[in-house]
Amino acid sequence: MRFMLMTKGDEQSTGNPPDENMMIEMGKFIEEMTKAGVLLATGGLDPKGIHIKNSGGKITVTDGPFAEAKEAVVGFALIDVRSKEEAIELSKRFWNIVGDGEGEIRQVFGP
Amino acid sequence: MTVPDVHRAIDAVWRLESARIIAGLTRIVRDVGVAEELAQDALVVALEKWPESGVPDNPGAWLMATAKHRAIDRLRRDKRLETKHEQLGHELETGQDSPEAQIDAALDDEVGDDLLRLMFISCHPVLSTEARVALTLRLLGGLTTDEIARAFLVPEPTVAQRIVRAKRMLAKKQIPFEVPPEAERAARLSSVLEVVYLVFNEGYAATAGDDWMRPVLCQEALRLGRVLAELAPREPEVHGLVALMEIQESRSAARVGPSGEPVPLLEQNRGRWDRLLIRRGFAALLRADETGAPLGPYVLQGAIAACHAQASSAEETDWARIATLYEALARLTPSPVIELNRAVALGMAFGPAKGLELADRLLDEPSLTGYHLLPSVRADLLARLGRSGEARSEYERAAALTRNARERRLLLERAAACGR
Repeated sequence: MRFMLMTKGDEQSTGNPPDENMMIEMGKFIEEMTKAGVLLATGGLDPKGIHIKNSGGKITVTDGPFAEAKEAVVGFALIDVRSKEEAIELSKRFWNIVGDGEGEIRQVFGP
Repeated sequence: MTVPDVHRAIDAVWRLESARIIAGLTRIVRDVGVAEELAQDALVVALEKWPESGVPDNPGAWLMATAKHRAIDRLRRDKRLETKHEQLGHELETGQDSPEAQIDAALDDEVGDDLLRLMFISCHPVLSTEARVALTLRLLGGLTTDEIARAFLVPEPTVAQRIVRAKRMLAKKQIPFEVPPEAERAARLSSVLEVVYLVFNEGYAATAGDDWMRPVLCQEALRLGRVLAELAPREPEVHGLVALMEIQESRSAARVGPSGEPVPLLEQNRGRWDRLLIRRGFAALLRADETGAPLGPYVLQGAIAACHAQASSAEETDWARIATLYEALARLTPSPVIELNRAVALGMAFGPAKGLELADRLLDEPSLTGYHLLPSVRADLLARLGRSGEARSEYERAAALTRNARERRLLLERAAACGR
């Protein structure tokens, strides 16, 4: 089963820039997840983004940033695990390293 | 959290951590059976405590610490029984080689090598294939005996007994917990790869019953392969096997139709192939290539799978290359089944007559008697040559031989399509 673990918020909203220690711990965690055959892909997303909308066939494209920067997804990890509980457990480990913040865990269906 | 929630959380932690815990403990107690028992004891404690106390922040470390205490108690008890010296207990607590120190050293160490050792010992050639499969799924996959039994359609006591006997055999033969020395390495590694691929295949093409796919086994094999690729990155065949499994697994959504019927490779909707897995498969082939070693059987099979994955439609498949790859594979591991696949490739690349010529030569092959794919391949080739009568009877023969109900239905449909 695949799950997308998403982190939300921009750097301003989380306050402090990431400290070196955290980055080292995170590096180890990512390596461990790769070695465990769990991590399929990971990356960061530009919180600014571009908004696109189709309304009655009229497509509007608006450049960010948007007011709700805190709500924007800024990072993701696509993982391959055996159950929802494993996804939650791994996500807990991630947040134990990151500290304060929030995110979402969503199962990925398809292709 | 409700009690069932906690139990599911514990189960998840167990599956994520048990292999590492068992591997670390085996290094100390030198017996996989004892190590697993100790790890299980820790799990039992968790099942008792966590529903009340809540799941600890770092449950993996908690399980490890609990198992470690059990191991210390056990070592102490064994030592005491051995020497019958009361004061040794004191030495054990203060000495350099106290069990605590030993265990801390072992557990703080890179656990990677222990996991690799655990894979090698679980797949040791002294064990029967069934025993290797069961022990690997149990110790490295964290599957229960019941789950293994259901996956392989055998009674649970049979699996339990296989595991017990396997552990006893390893202890009796005093099989060392090690990464095999260079001289044995290739043979031992191929035993590990064989087990992983067998698990994958069992899930991929269920040999019996109505179950066309048993995804748990496929995913477990894929996971084990990926883990192995990180533990033994210089082994080209490991990457070859991973490539093969990633690419085969990429087709899992496309290979089953809406009512559960199998869809043959060339008729699959390639839009449903999982590009992410295909990309991982290609990456694994590149890693195999980077080792600079000659192409082994798994790398060749991975390369064949990649030929299909690369073609954007069935018509664009490079069959001539596939035929060449099968030829190379047949040279390394001569087998009538490989020849049969080569016949298919030849038939596609150079016309059905060419394929049939090779397939017909396999008719006297004793190992293919009763193998449904021989008549099934011949039927396809005969049908393309317009020899419908012969094609129909070959399809019917194949249908009578397959043990998979859905495949049987498919073959009978094809027989009917040949007309009377």
